[in-house]
Amino acid sequence: MPSFVIAEKCDGCKGQDKTACMYICPNDLMLLDTEKMKAFNRDPSMCWECQCCVKICPQQAMDVRGYSDFIPLGASCVPLRGSQDIMWTVKFRDGSIKRFKFPIRTTEEGTADPLGGYSAHDDLNSEALATEPASLGLDAVPTVS
Amino acid sequence: MANFETVEVSTDLLILGGGFSACGVATEAAYWAKKNGLKVTLVDKAALDRSGAVAMGLSAINQYVGVKDGENTCEDYVRYVRQDLMGISREDLVYNIARHVDSTVHLFEKWGLKIWTDEEGKYVHEGRWQLMINGESYKIIIAEAAKNAIADAGGEIYERVFIVEPLLDGNKCVGAVGFSTREEKFYVFKAKATAIAAGGAVHVFRPRSVGEGFGRSWYPPFNTGSSAYFTIKAGAEMTCQEVRFIPVRFKDAYGPVGAWFLLFKSRAISAEGGEYMAVRKDELQNWAPYGLAKPIPANLRNYLGMLDVDAGLGPLYMETAEAINKIADAYKDDPKGYKKKMKELEAEAWEDFLDMTISQAHLWAALNVKPEEKHSEIAACEPYFIGSHSGASGAWVSGPEDMDTPYKWGYANMCTTEALFAAGDASGASSHKFSSGSHAEGRIVGKAAIKYIVEKGAEPNVDAAKLEEIKNTILAPLDRYQEFCKLTTSPEVNPNYLLWRQFMDRLQKIMDEYAGGVTAAFKTSKANLDRAMELFDFLKEDSEKLAAEDIYSLERCWENVQRMWQGEAHVRTMLFREETRWPGYYFRADTPKMDEENWHCFANCRWDPASGEWEMSKKDIWNIPGV
Repeated sequence: MPSFVIAEKCDGCKGQDKTACMYICPNDLMLLDTEKMKAFNRDPSMCWECQCCVKICPQQAMDVRGYSDFIPLGASCVPLRGSQDIMWTVKFRDGSIKRFKFPIRTTEEGTADPLGGYSAHDDLNSEALATEPASLGLDAVPTVS
Repeated sequence: MANFETVEVSTDLLILGGGFSACGVATEAAYWAKKNGLKVTLVDKAALDRSGAVAMGLSAINQYVGVKDGENTCEDYVRYVRQDLMGISREDLVYNIARHVDSTVHLFEKWGLKIWTDEEGKYVHEGRWQLMINGESYKIIIAEAAKNAIADAGGEIYERVFIVEPLLDGNKCVGAVGFSTREEKFYVFKAKATAIAAGGAVHVFRPRSVGEGFGRSWYPPFNTGSSAYFTIKAGAEMTCQEVRFIPVRFKDAYGPVGAWFLLFKSRAISAEGGEYMAVRKDELQNWAPYGLAKPIPANLRNYLGMLDVDAGLGPLYMETAEAINKIADAYKDDPKGYKKKMKELEAEAWEDFLDMTISQAHLWAALNVKPEEKHSEIAACEPYFIGSHSGASGAWVSGPEDMDTPYKWGYANMCTTEALFAAGDASGASSHKFSSGSHAEGRIVGKAAIKYIVEKGAEPNVDAAKLEEIKNTILAPLDRYQEFCKLTTSPEVNPNYLLWRQFMDRLQKIMDEYAGGVTAAFKTSKANLDRAMELFDFLKEDSEKLAAEDIYSLERCWENVQRMWQGEAHVRTMLFREETRWPGYYFRADTPKMDEENWHCFANCRWDPASGEWEMSKKDIWNIPGV
């Protein structure tokens, strides 16, 4: 049912004003049942299976069961996202498993400098954007002669 | 009556949206705003870290020109886009994006995006313009730079606020209104300039998937036509509303094929084994000159495959096994090298899916697909509105100030509505900007909008009575639900209202069957489009009967009203253009040929907020001299 919440593992992100999955879902699908203190996907048919909720869940309480209209049962793609890379465990219906690890960024989280260390200028009237032409690696912004 | 607190926010520049274009606007505008003592405010309906089309990630950067290394020129890019869009592109805008996009990519790399490099430190290309990346966190990184820029300039970010309507003062945009999707608050943003960068539109057409898989669109289901709705309602002239995009992807899960075509050199075939690009080569003569030049336009490649499907030769397949084995052949005398290469290729193939379409990896795993052993099915997706890709729909915007373009009435990327700027999917006829070019276009807008505010910015004049009227209209579905829901024993079926999903189903049925959707095999005609317009009249009336039981449903109601307006602009423009120019996007059966003499032009439309009437117009194509 696209993304789903494992009842046993979900703690409703106790003590916070919203759950991590509610915070992140780009389509606003995750909701907290405040009686059970468990999150749930309120409309699986609008789920894109982007796994943003799976990746962010602090309890690893979320997973995806492929869309029932065209994905046979029995497979899974489980991410484990760290600060520098992501590990994927792909389980096939026939039981075979593939594991992949890919880098996700080259810098420390939070450190992106909007100017990228390039020199910037003050001319609001020129075609050069803040860090140009330095960030282009050129002497000037190209133009049509 | 729904009792929402009204929260008023005053700002200098208002940025609507949270994806790549909006982040580009924010990053650049914040720099110039800080220098000029101005305030920048960004409003996103989701969380900036994972909002927009790149929420899941991306496995390639699709626009990098490579000017500094002499790989290509900006003029080369203009020629490429002109050719792919069958001659219909705003070359001034394409050029402007092309000359700034490399700096965007270089900034991305500094911010922490892992772009693949070879032994010499050069970017690894997937194709002429495409770079390979490890892009799982692509959006998070780009959002981080935007957030840091806004924080540094003392600006504000509002997340989980859904923008519905523009605020107008005559032909000038003075802000926007919407509501919180978390609490009962109605937001009024008053601004000296507004940048709309709220994505394209999905689910205007009925998707192939049904039931639970309804949300598995290629472009994300949360792109609901907010940009088109906003600019149309602001009275801005729109362009290329007929130029929808249909990608051919791995069937059902819609996983990317770029790596398979470009990197692995894979072929696509029919079930009978014929390679439609070769078998149906002669058909390309009918679409000269565009059909005869390389690369063959995306819509024509689609079309040749569609002809096979129409002829009953489907399913179509991507020859993955053949492609991998061909590469392996090169290593047949080097078993060690072969093993290493295969491992590399396998990781590349799977990362291509896992970075941007996890469902495709899931589908392959569920079907026990081993791409090196067996081919996989491909198919044309349902139509989407995505001016940043190989579609072109969006607002008609002013060209760059330093270029001698005939399309110039204001600051760069300003709509025909004053003080309203558009970027990414919101701006039209500047296709093939993708993630990087959309960000670059956002940066262009960021600087131009601040320049506008510095030179012409005036305090926004908002009519209080009008504002109250808009608030009542936006919240009306909540009241309607409360008024009538108890009249039936099941609140889903009620003669007094429609719920959002029912309304959406009606829209999609009209678009699918009459406007060239999947079940109509992407074919339409004047008679079909006229019928669509008749049914739209009823749909529009019924949009005033939408009911919402909670804030979530209210958001969905307005998203679908936005889709309806995108749909109407699309139908009207397909009716206006009496030819078939992009046969692999839609085929007008009553005018089946391309007509260069009469229709080598832009088809524009404008909805007049004063009269409520639509006006259609032709605009000449301008080619950059000598290009």
